[in-house]
Amino acid sequence: MPTFVQMTRCDGCGQCVDICPSDIMHIDDTLRRAYNIEPDMCWECYSCVKACPHNAIDVRGYADFTPLGGSVRVRRDEEKGVIAWRIIFRNGKKDWDLLAPITTKPWGTAIPDLKTATAPSDDMINSQLLYNEPKYIRFDERGLDTLETNGLSMKEGVYY
Amino acid sequence: MITTNPFAELTAVSDYITPGVMQAFVVVMVAFVIIGTLLDVMHKKSAKYFYEYEEKMKKYAKRDASNEKASLLAKTITNEVLTSSEFSNPKRRMSHLLTMYGFIIFAISTAVMIFAYPEARGDATPSIWPLLWHLGALMLCIGGYWFWFAIRVDVFSEGHKWYEIDPIEDMFVLSLLFTGTFALLWSLTNGYGLFFALFVVSAVMLFGGVYWSKFAHMFFKPAAAYQKKIFWADGSREKLPDVPDLSSPETKKRFPDIPKYMGENPPNMGAGIRREPPNHY
Repeated sequence: MPTFVQMTRCDGCGQCVDICPSDIMHIDDTLRRAYNIEPDMCWECYSCVKACPHNAIDVRGYADFTPLGGSVRVRRDEEKGVIAWRIIFRNGKKDWDLLAPITTKPWGTAIPDLKTATAPSDDMINSQLLYNEPKYIRFDERGLDTLETNGLSMKEGVYY
Repeated sequence: MITTNPFAELTAVSDYITPGVMQAFVVVMVAFVIIGTLLDVMHKKSAKYFYEYEEKMKKYAKRDASNEKASLLAKTITNEVLTSSEFSNPKRRMSHLLTMYGFIIFAISTAVMIFAYPEARGDATPSIWPLLWHLGALMLCIGGYWFWFAIRVDVFSEGHKWYEIDPIEDMFVLSLLFTGTFALLWSLTNGYGLFFALFVVSAVMLFGGVYWSKFAHMFFKPAAAYQKKIFWADGSREKLPDVPDLSSPETKKRFPDIPKYMGENPPNMGAGIRREPPNHY
């Protein structure tokens, strides 16, 4: 279900227009307030919801995730480096605040300086791992998983 | 030139534009604003929306804020209404203040000169009123053209050119700008008829087009700001979460991830995505 803008909260600053990956948040030409021009194309990434400095954007939740009458709202506090969620059940019995860090260092201070990094060796170039691929995406020191290492092979055709 | 009452000069050169005609014109313009705003409220159902939204939020209130309503109203007037604090972008705020106060000064001095000194030619009108009239129009033009050419989100964030005009959609801003511009041109050319005609047409478009333009925002924006303050005071916060003080013991106990990953006293992390203005269209 797509995003929608509370017009009385929006000040038409353009942060949502700037950040929307689908380019569907636009400014109404008469009222100078943001709106979702193509709700069908919205994938509910919440980028605009989090970027809005006035918390003017909300999402109509999917029936399984946020049943009608329930509420999932979010505030992303850049200066504190945290994101806060509030979940309200539709029966009103649960009103739940959640808080999580989104950065551990001030914004813009932990960008890798790739110009000064040492050049990759031939082994690294020939490896299927990407440069600087985070170590934590693997939980062990084995090589890459391939069809061969897992005893599999490609078969021609379509199988069900 | 800028210390003489242009409306009094007008009565001297035209048999048709008498003080009565000018006063009737102002009354009609005020009536246009009232009727246009009421039609706008009926069409958009804004009053109904405000009432229903308030009733809806009452369910989530955590405390009674009814005794704070007067102080919240005073804060709304001093912050949102008088100083346009809702704008997070300082340039937009400055432009809005210039345009708003320019328009108010211009409108009040126009009414005073037309009703109190309609035939006071030359130095007979206290020079403060013509001076304020010119100052108001100038402020309106500075704030308005700054907005139109550089700050307007269509231009700044959407990549439109400043000359891409839609007559209906841009009617409010352009008629406001043209009213101020043609008023100044009319006065500075010592009453050139064409500029006066364009000034009158712009004013009719501005006040007569309230129903189609965003003129009515001057009424519903303060109402929305006041309502928002009440929701934050009573704890319903429009169903938004609280962002607590990260270094308080209660927060650390309730959310142990915060001290674990961010330290005991997390620093100010800076402006984040707001380090750059939103113009990456």
